[in-house]
Amino acid sequence: MIQHVTDPVLEVHDLTVSYQRKPVLWDVDLTLPHKSLVGVIGPNGAGKSTLIKAIMGLLPLNSGYVQLFGKSLDEIRKKVSYVPQRESVDWDFPASALDVAMMGTYGQLGLFSRPGAKQKQQALEALEKVGMQDFANRQISQLSGGQQQRVFLARALAQDADLYLMDEPFAGVDIATETAIIELLRQMREAGKTVVVVHHDLQSAQDYFDWVILLNMRLVASGPTAETLTPALLEKTYGGRLTELSRVSELLHKKNFPIREKKPVRP
Amino acid sequence: MNLDAFWIIMTGSLVAISSGLLGCFLILRRMAMVGDAISHAVLPGIVLAFLFSGTREVWSMLFGAAALGVVCTFLIEFFHKKARVPADASIGVTFTWLFALGIILITVYAGQVDLDQDCVLYGEIAYVPLDTWITESGLSLGPRTVWMMAGVTLVILAFITLFYRQLYLTSFDPAFAAAIGISTSLWYYLLMGAVSLTTVASFESVGAILVVALMVGPAATAYLLTDQLKVMLILSAVFGVVASFAGYYLALWLDGSVAGAISVIIGLEFLLAFVFSPTHGLVSRRRHLVVTTPQPASA
Repeated sequence: MIQHVTDPVLEVHDLTVSYQRKPVLWDVDLTLPHKSLVGVIGPNGAGKSTLIKAIMGLLPLNSGYVQLFGKSLDEIRKKVSYVPQRESVDWDFPASALDVAMMGTYGQLGLFSRPGAKQKQQALEALEKVGMQDFANRQISQLSGGQQQRVFLARALAQDADLYLMDEPFAGVDIATETAIIELLRQMREAGKTVVVVHHDLQSAQDYFDWVILLNMRLVASGPTAETLTPALLEKTYGGRLTELSRVSELLHKKNFPIREKKPVRP
Repeated sequence: MNLDAFWIIMTGSLVAISSGLLGCFLILRRMAMVGDAISHAVLPGIVLAFLFSGTREVWSMLFGAAALGVVCTFLIEFFHKKARVPADASIGVTFTWLFALGIILITVYAGQVDLDQDCVLYGEIAYVPLDTWITESGLSLGPRTVWMMAGVTLVILAFITLFYRQLYLTSFDPAFAAAIGISTSLWYYLLMGAVSLTTVASFESVGAILVVALMVGPAATAYLLTDQLKVMLILSAVFGVVASFAGYYLALWLDGSVAGAISVIIGLEFLLAFVFSPTHGLVSRRRHLVVTTPQPASA
């Protein structure tokens, strides 16, 4: 079930990406509509992060191309923002929440120019949107996981893009932060932005997204949530892995495996 | 303070400023030992430059050394990225191999000339005032090394102030930097080029070991004392300069090696920061523990 749209925000055409000659994404071909909140869903190792990185030009492509707003990434970079996984950076780095948010404005600056009052204002506004204005001068290592994630979002907001690609923004955050973030993403959608989110939890995916990409190395589905989050397509994406646990326990039962290993008794 | 003392301390301070500033970025990238690697890996470059030019003229030596410094950082990155060797192992393999190559070149081709690894490794900062720059009219402008180091320090200062933003972002979050169009490999090689330049320009006078000490020690000390990169850069440079002053007088008092004394002072600075730092120090952490540990109810 792959639904294409006309005049897409993002077009991924016949994309194949591999690490060390081992393909991770095969022949992914999809388009995304304007003003949507998109979830990228699939099991571990399905290539969800790889897809985002490939779209952002962070990985070499084996074949295919990516177009954003009908143009190549280099022509349109200022309109696209990227939120990497939180664990990808060293949070002991000497920086404050404001310093990190300011990085979002670096893309609009020339080679030699420095961020000024305007950029600081943008960064502070972005921090306010994620509810972190009181922590602007706090050292980033002293923030909780959820607060660090909000700072990462603030950095993307400070960039004021039209398309946002977020790699697991809900990983390891508390419920309050998750609610705040999804509320913010909805506001962004209302403001006409498109947000693509790598997501793990199938339960919440139903409420959060209006468009879903199901991925397991190959593209399984891409379309409106109601048509993609169906038992049949999920079964196809997770390849029975959803029920793996129950099957393992069944097997243990049948073959009479011991649940715990016992110490061998010496004769 | 006599003039010789002034020139020696001046040289030490200039090396301290340029390597201290670069050292901050290196330790934040977890590549502190790159300075060590470059300072050793330049040896074959010096020998090759000598073999090709046939003289010990300083510019060809510098050129050969700088070229090998860049080759060394390229190989480190290549083994790390392409062969997936961990960065520290990649550093270790690359520089020992290049240094050994240099030693073999010396023993085979240049054994009879005065070009030995002792002078390369330890240098002698006390000899700085001997090699003065005298103009054609006979006017002495002071030691050649001081002029060279002043030039290098200016280049490094300009590099870091002009491109602070790019260096900061590519050190903190390379993926985001690349996503907004700042080339991570360009800034990696520019930073490594700057490290090569500093190492090569300073090791002739102060020796490889003091360069490494000045590159890592003050930066690590500053890291313990602040949470802001700008403050860290300033502190790192200040600690290096203080160590140059104190080290010189310690050496004078002990009648020992100036480079050794400076390194000892750097170690002492680090130890003091380790014990007394308000945020990371032993004392404050101990006090913190006492305050935050709930007292057990009396049994």
